[in-house]
Amino acid sequence: MPLQRQPNIPEPDLFYAELIEAQRDLSDEQADMMQAKLVLILCNQVGERAVLSEAIALARSNTLAAAQPTT
Amino acid sequence: MLKTYTYPHYPYLQSPGQQSGQVVRHPVVVIGAGPIGLTQALDLAQRGVPCVVLDDNDTVSIGSRAVCYAKRPLEIWDRLGVAAPLVAKGVQWKVGKVFFGTGLAYRFDLLPEAGHKMPAMINYQQYHVEEHLVRACAQAPQVDLHWKHKVLAIEQDADCVTLTVQTPDGLFKLQAQWVVAADGAHSDARRLLGADFSGQFFQDRFLIADVVIDPEGVAAQPFAAEPERWFWFDPPFHPGQSVLLHQQADRVWRIDFQLGWDADPAEEKKPEKVIPRIQAMLGPQVKFELEWVSVYQFACRRIDQFRHGRVLFAGDAAHQVSPFGARGANTGIQDCDNLGWKLQAVLAGHAPAALLDSYHEERAVAADDNLGHSTRATDFITPKSRSSRRLRNAVLELARSEPFARPLVNSGRLSTPTPYPDSSLNTPDATPFAGPMRPGSPCADAPIEYRGEPGWLLERLGQGFVLLSFGPAQPVSAAGLTLPVLQVGLDLHDPQGLLKQRYDGQPGTVYLIRPDQHVAARWRQFDHAQVQAALRRALKLH
Repeated sequence: MPLQRQPNIPEPDLFYAELIEAQRDLSDEQADMMQAKLVLILCNQVGERAVLSEAIALARSNTLAAAQPTT
Repeated sequence: MLKTYTYPHYPYLQSPGQQSGQVVRHPVVVIGAGPIGLTQALDLAQRGVPCVVLDDNDTVSIGSRAVCYAKRPLEIWDRLGVAAPLVAKGVQWKVGKVFFGTGLAYRFDLLPEAGHKMPAMINYQQYHVEEHLVRACAQAPQVDLHWKHKVLAIEQDADCVTLTVQTPDGLFKLQAQWVVAADGAHSDARRLLGADFSGQFFQDRFLIADVVIDPEGVAAQPFAAEPERWFWFDPPFHPGQSVLLHQQADRVWRIDFQLGWDADPAEEKKPEKVIPRIQAMLGPQVKFELEWVSVYQFACRRIDQFRHGRVLFAGDAAHQVSPFGARGANTGIQDCDNLGWKLQAVLAGHAPAALLDSYHEERAVAADDNLGHSTRATDFITPKSRSSRRLRNAVLELARSEPFARPLVNSGRLSTPTPYPDSSLNTPDATPFAGPMRPGSPCADAPIEYRGEPGWLLERLGQGFVLLSFGPAQPVSAAGLTLPVLQVGLDLHDPQGLLKQRYDGQPGTVYLIRPDQHVAARWRQFDHAQVQAALRRALKLH
């Protein structure tokens, strides 16, 4: 199964609010750690190496592209 | 001087060629009398190839170096008749535990199944191992071991290699048809031939301490309950860094403290710095003595080509890894295993010199596998950035309670043999087989019965090509060799059924086994012509 690049999360606003809410009262360091753990938990949930590779590559290329000045 | 060990000093003996002034040509000269050079000499001797070993020193390895010897190298040493005293005196272990802070994060078992002659791992100081090997060489008439012989120049042409050697009596020359360069990470031979040796240096420093702990003090330590490998990330006694602990023979414990890149090596070696670190680990009341202290940093790199004409590189001269995983000496011993039979086959005229190219082909794959494992472990132990440290610590924190995170914890993956599934010496399977004994794999051991006595498969495979059959098969002749047959149920018996299980030995199945006890080919029934073709392929005859 290829990486899901179309919307797949029901109630996106509520999901996002939950994610933000989970970081409340955490220091920046703790929040960063929480996100690192969330990445690992979700990667294990996906499990498929090809999908994980695609997701890793997308996150990286998107980050690099965002750093480029737009023309 | 160590408290538990006195270094032997072996006598210098003048080489006959230096005495007579004649340039003597030998079939094989091995440079370096470390664990790899000595093993290579014993392997060649057992195959009937006389060899000369040259070493620039006159003693064994100084200090605390290789510690762990894995099952496959022990099996090779067993084939050479030297494993028994090492296994008897070494500390056997198979379980590793990894802690984060004070909590257990990960546990591994290197050999969860029974039915193997050799243990998963032994810990034994390198100087002890070398002393055993030197003794075995002294008893092997084909091995001519010379101390205080330093190679200063290497020249080669189509026929032979000429070595210029310096001894206490001055310079002399000797020749060899083939040279095995096993002269370590700082190999002179590699430098003299201008071989490239590139890779990655890691910006971290580690303190090695060999410690003799008072028996009462040992009894109180949780790590001493069983002989196991213990590794800590960020322990309370050494915050922010890692610590590795191994039990060696003679109550000597080897401790590796991670120091970080900014540590001053000269300062960190001082007893007033080292003793408090160990005291913090063992507890304030525990008495101990320091045997050895050194500070090291490491690199992961390998030689461009294992074969440079008539010079073959083996061991640390060919590849260097980080110590996490015990992959240095263990890989080197497997280099010897791979090279010995090929040199013998070429010298005996059973195979063309091109067979020696397969030494590079197979062992470079193994070296790269080891380098990969070693590099990944190092990246976990010494994260290179703040964000990779955060990910690493996330794994460790999760691993305390979450089983899914435990396989990600990497304190070093311990040495296991690298199979050669893509080797050009293999004949690919024509029919499906179950299990791991595919062509290019080292043969798994299994308990057997031979002439009414319990024994082990690897003892019976010997050190030439052999057919292991689970049905009728006849000896096969090709390339000047005659292959014997070991028929299960006739020549040897499989009372526990483990041999059949490990080799998917359905009735009629035949394995062609190489002299280094690796699978070359296998079939579901014996076919004379197919065995001949596979044998010729394994000898690079077509």
